[in-house]
Amino acid sequence: MTAVDTPPAATREALGPKLIELAQGGLDIVVVDADLGKSTTARKFQEHYPDRFITVGIAEANMIGVSCGLAAAGKIAFCSTFGVFMPGRCFDQIRVSVAQPGLNVKMVASHAGISVGPDGISAHAIEDFALMCSLPGVNVICPADVVETRQAIDVAAKTDGPFYIRTGRSKVPVIYDDTYQFRLGKADQLRDGSDATVIAVGLMVGPALEAADRLADEGVACRVLNMATVSPHDESAITAAARETGAIITAEEHLIRTGVSAMVSQYVGKTTPVPMGAVGVTRYAESGSAEELLEKYGLTADAIVEEVKSTIARKQGLVGKS
Amino acid sequence: MVATETTEELVATTRRIRRHIIEMTHAAGSGHPGGSLSAVEILTALYFRVMTYRPDQPDWSDRDRFILSKGHATPVYYGTLAEAGYFPTDELMTFRQLDSRLQGHPKVNTAPGIEMSAGSLGQGLSYSIGQCLAARLDHRDYRVYCLLGDGECQEGQTWEAAMCAPYYDLDNLCAIVDRNGVQNDYFVKDTMELEPLDIKFNAFGWHSITVEGHDLGQLLAAFDDAKKIKGKPTVIIAKTTKGKGVSFMENNPDWHGKGPNDEELEKALAEIGA
Repeated sequence: MTAVDTPPAATREALGPKLIELAQGGLDIVVVDADLGKSTTARKFQEHYPDRFITVGIAEANMIGVSCGLAAAGKIAFCSTFGVFMPGRCFDQIRVSVAQPGLNVKMVASHAGISVGPDGISAHAIEDFALMCSLPGVNVICPADVVETRQAIDVAAKTDGPFYIRTGRSKVPVIYDDTYQFRLGKADQLRDGSDATVIAVGLMVGPALEAADRLADEGVACRVLNMATVSPHDESAITAAARETGAIITAEEHLIRTGVSAMVSQYVGKTTPVPMGAVGVTRYAESGSAEELLEKYGLTADAIVEEVKSTIARKQGLVGKS
Repeated sequence: MVATETTEELVATTRRIRRHIIEMTHAAGSGHPGGSLSAVEILTALYFRVMTYRPDQPDWSDRDRFILSKGHATPVYYGTLAEAGYFPTDELMTFRQLDSRLQGHPKVNTAPGIEMSAGSLGQGLSYSIGQCLAARLDHRDYRVYCLLGDGECQEGQTWEAAMCAPYYDLDNLCAIVDRNGVQNDYFVKDTMELEPLDIKFNAFGWHSITVEGHDLGQLLAAFDDAKKIKGKPTVIIAKTTKGKGVSFMENNPDWHGKGPNDEELEKALAEIGA
């Protein structure tokens, strides 16, 4: 299942080649771009399908509206820009023109999270889950690696309705090989265990696996779920994790207070309350390399190990934690 | 269907639509009569002379599209769709009520004939561009008519789209600005001046035509001209009167967003006539 010999790759690299492949396969895809197609890799599509690649300039609101008109006329409309600009600069357009009519628009937001690095906090999308998961009927996906990203794009193109797919700028380890099959709305269990469950998304899946391996060396059996479909989340996998392991730790490159932690906590609290821990972003970061920022702001295997231990301790009633 | 009402019939239709607007907003106790009454001739010309469509097949691929960007003008929109045969006129009295297909602002997949969900201004022109680009890719010759409010032209997205349509030479696009001069709070010129509006559109690459927006003959001629313009989109700036046809609503910002009471209903209907 896991690919150990594949070199790291950025999840954003999946977009352009996958769109070309899908169009070559006969899907009626049109791509709308707001001057970041080189970065998101969507622009590769233009070389093969110049008539079906629409540039709107630096105009994200118009990008969403044009995509909606294309979708309403029967096209599979893909649009892409950075995660800070979509949903950031076009949330109302997404709400009224995409989500409320349930249009077949596929929004692919790259350069998400603090791992964008030296561009600094204006470029760090750490609020997009909060915005996009607030919209009923929108599928929100954050793939763990480039293999899963390709498959998520494939599923989005072939499934009617709005999708938001979050990709990243920096290279991350490739976890899956080509035998993997992404399933919309389903978490993928990468490790089993009975002492705690780490629910990780995006580039935190790698550190979660590393943390589980280190915990195993200490005799702690940690389940790891890759919850790539952030919304709607996999209720049965979360419930099973709570019942069978009694402690859940979320790990995300997003603000804890309004992201995966918030959504999973709300669900667990309502259904199967167990102690919970969270690894993620708690404030605006700063400029720096991706590695430096992930280290300084606590998005590491070390942080997950510590959080798992402290959550298990609360489960066992040994230590109180406010 | 290609509706071909005579001019006399068109005038009678405008009268019926005006009555619907007043009766709907009265029954609902809310809604937007002012900016609906100003657009009656525009929608009448489009639905009963200019556009090709099939009320019994609302999603017919080759239909001309009418995109209501100024989404609050549902009374004139629903009144016109009912007159055009999309649904019974009796249903208009359910406007804005629980379980009604006639939502306060347009929502697709409710009543037949509604092209776009709207209600937040500035989004319709972008949507229209997408429809026009799809027509070109699919080699279809339908046209897209997009009605904007003049206050709506203060929205930045309107100008993102205004920049985009001429770039793609979209001569299958015709925008209409309902230039009634009044917005939610007050007069447009005292809120954020738009003039010279035609010159702004021209500078962005549009063909612009300014007409008296309650003169059916001028509107029909402008729509005809727009079809003949090649290589660029056309904007028809329709000079209108907000609340047109009801003296106490005319040019009165108070009638942007409220329904008439019983007494006002009678007075308005008497002025409009049967």
